[in-house]
Amino acid sequence: MSDLLAARSQMAMSLMFHIVFAVAGMAMPLMMVIAEWRWLGSGDETYLVLAKKWAQGTAILFAAGAVSGTVLSFELGLLWPKFMQFAGAIIGMPFSLEGFAFFAEAIFLGVYFYGWDKVSPRIHLLAGVVVAVSGLLSGIFVVIANAWMNAPAGFQMQNGVAIHVDPIAAMLNPGTLGQTTHMAIAAYASVGFAVCGIHAFLLLRRPGNLFHLHALKIALWVGGIAAVLQPFSGDMLARMVAKNQPAKLAAFEGQFKTEAHAPLRIGGLASERDKSTHYALEIPGGLSWMIYGSTDATVTGLDRFPEQDWPAVPIVHMSFQVMVGSGFAMMAVALAGLWFGRKPSELAKRRWMLKLLVAASPLGFLALEAGWIVTEVGRQPWIVYNVLRTSEAVTPMHGMIVPFASFTALYVFLGIVVAVLLIRQMRQSV
Amino acid sequence: MSLEFLLGGTILISLLFYAVLGGADYGGGVWDLLASGKSVKTQRKIISEAMGPVWEANHVWLILVVVALFTAFPAAFARLSLVFHIPLTVALFGIVLRGCAFTFRHYHGHGDGHAADEMEWRWGRVFAVASLITPLVLGVVVGGIYSGRATSDVGFVYGWFGAFPVSVGIFVLCLFAYVAATYLTIESDGHPEAQEAFRRRALWSGAATMVAGGVVLLAGETSGISNGRTGVSVWAVRGVTLVVALAGLLQVKKRHFQASRVLAVLEVALIFAGWGAAQYPYLIPPDISIYSAAAPVGTLRALTVALAAGAVVLFPSFYYLFYVFKREPVSQSKHYGR
Ligand code: HDD
Ligand code: HEM
Ligand code: HEM
Repeated sequence: MSDLLAARSQMAMSLMFHIVFAVAGMAMPLMMVIAEWRWLGSGDETYLVLAKKWAQGTAILFAAGAVSGTVLSFELGLLWPKFMQFAGAIIGMPFSLEGFAFFAEAIFLGVYFYGWDKVSPRIHLLAGVVVAVSGLLSGIFVVIANAWMNAPAGFQMQNGVAIHVDPIAAMLNPGTLGQTTHMAIAAYASVGFAVCGIHAFLLLRRPGNLFHLHALKIALWVGGIAAVLQPFSGDMLARMVAKNQPAKLAAFEGQFKTEAHAPLRIGGLASERDKSTHYALEIPGGLSWMIYGSTDATVTGLDRFPEQDWPAVPIVHMSFQVMVGSGFAMMAVALAGLWFGRKPSELAKRRWMLKLLVAASPLGFLALEAGWIVTEVGRQPWIVYNVLRTSEAVTPMHGMIVPFASFTALYVFLGIVVAVLLIRQMRQSV
Repeated sequence: MSLEFLLGGTILISLLFYAVLGGADYGGGVWDLLASGKSVKTQRKIISEAMGPVWEANHVWLILVVVALFTAFPAAFARLSLVFHIPLTVALFGIVLRGCAFTFRHYHGHGDGHAADEMEWRWGRVFAVASLITPLVLGVVVGGIYSGRATSDVGFVYGWFGAFPVSVGIFVLCLFAYVAATYLTIESDGHPEAQEAFRRRALWSGAATMVAGGVVLLAGETSGISNGRTGVSVWAVRGVTLVVALAGLLQVKKRHFQASRVLAVLEVALIFAGWGAAQYPYLIPPDISIYSAAAPVGTLRALTVALAAGAVVLFPSFYYLFYVFKREPVSQSKHYGR
């Protein structure tokens, strides 16, 4: 394994680990707050128990999120020193703002977790709201930095150095709006579906259990609404990508040739060797219509780019199909769930619906990881699109396989422990 | 005052906050490792409950230092990441294991029976050992920076591998342990045995800190590391530090724990002031200064505004956190013992 490949793999592994906990830190506080608010409103103690149970699980997830996030902030330099030297001044701002969001999150999470009998119920609820908002903000800030890597703005290049640096313009880059919206919705969709599936599973075992019924209802609303919105925001984002990163879009769609009437391909295997995508279900003119609103429009294919500047097309295409497939499946399940869930007790009687929710529960996380692979692998060989190559940014350090292997072992171990602990928590639940 | 100076100072002060808050959490882990005597269980419990609500917030100071550094002085961050790749990676391992083990211990220990106790004990060991190693390694990095070896062509080992950086590492470890012990004497109010144990530890870790600090100074002056960098003002700060350190120990001895805590924090602040003054204007001597590494002025301005606005939100929130959890010693809160 070359040092560059090891560094890329370490970055990918660390991010794919962190994102699992990061989205939990964004979405769980919202659900805890809803449960606590329902308790304050209705006096139904079950909601209080639920808020406390969720808080316990979140405490474990939050610790893993905080430490793996710290690793990432250092890794930006440890693995990509030249990237940070170049980009720090331009795109450090959202990271710095994120720092304050972390402060707010960690401070009020301390109050939330440990303050049940130290502060008044209202203040406690308020602390939860601050956590939910700052969790969302930290996610948004860091994705702004990523959007800048995809659609760099706020500077000009002159002889290899950035001049006229404007950090605010960098934050307001053309990718920001689409990516942050899509990411925020993804957090609620993935966590909502996962939690929904867990409680549906437990409801199948203990029919009529009020605790799980309440939990299911909240998770279904949070995850369901997000899942219904997500394909719309994805569509908006895809149009943005078509404008800013045409090579990436072509890789999503397995579009090797520049052509009018480009078909929308569903599924299929992209082959770089034959420069075509096989076995896909093709809707004629579909892609042209999706992007430009007309089936006659011309879509730029990969043939417009030198081959050494292509991303790994089969991976990007496959991951994109996985994300979009999961997205539409989740939308369908969410619509069914929300329809039958108008009366939660009715929902719980339909065992097939509960089974469907269990089956759908991993889809959100699957789409989340797949979507990030699409974005990040699709940007290759650039670390900052059209400005800096990943291979130019990597550390000159040798033996990068060592940190990659050690961090992987550490994270696999931690992942297993977290899973075991969460299962124990659930066993102890009502 | 230039923006470079302002931001460099803010980063140093944030690091100081990390040392007196986050550093004390590492020190707590060290005392967990070294807990002994009849009140072992009480000692560990007080440490754990004192850290529980605040350690994650305390930890964010480190993140603020990192992000502010790479925004304002990207070249310095790049150099650090290169020269100190190995110790920083080790420190990250320590940070991950410390934080996770602290939380896992709490939740794995839940439930009853021998198995739960066993798991709690194991995670406790991981937490304590990681708390010992991390500050040591972070101190080695600081020592490497100060020693002026971290030049662009030094490779990945020479910059930090040496007697001086290691002596700074040991000094930092002693210092964090001392600060933690002075806090814990207050947290253990009402538990005379535990309090006495922490008081003894504060005494000898405070003394160890002074010895280690002396070694660092001596090594720095004799090996030529500090050559030409330590003027009168630096020596004045060092003199005051010595007085404050002695006064702190005296207060511990006299059982004036509130006073000794204040003096311990002041001691750390003075050490940072001395370090900053001796190195000024360099972030990484001999060549990276706050001026040569600075980001373009637009970035510095935006960052200054962001930090100022953030501080307005941050300090009241921190005050509230400590108000809720540190108003009374953990040993006396009604939460205690559940
Ligand atoms: C629950 C998760 C989830 C679901 C259901 C979807 N996505 Fe997604 N998608 C993500 C989670 C995600 C993500 C992981 O959050 C990404 C990675 C980067 C980003 O900002 O969002 C992403 C990226 C991403 C990108 C690439 C952006 C870029 O490279 O700059 C596009 C074009 C889409 N998505 C489009 C869609 C469409 C058309 C969907 C239709 C169903 C869809 N996504 C469902
Ligand atoms: C948490 C969700 C994310 C996941 C799962 C993810 C995934 C990945 C993957 C798979 C790679 C390797 C790509 C390759 O080399 O082929 C990568 C690279 C990288 N990502 Fe992300 N990413 C995420 C978010 C971010 C964010 C928010 C940022 C920055 C602000 C970021 C910065 C980077 C950098 C600097 C690299 C290395 C350079 C490169 O390969 O282009 N990532 N990421
Ligand atoms: C899309 C990608 C990412 C999202 C949505 C995200 C979001 C979050 C959230 C919500 C947290 C709070 C902790 C928790 O709830 O578990 C967190 C923690 C953290 N993240 Fe990320 N993050 C992402 C990627 C990154 C990257 C690329 C970095 C580093 C550059 C990073 C750095 C951190 C740090 C330092 C923490 C710890 C904060 C603490 O101690 O509370 N994150 N992240």
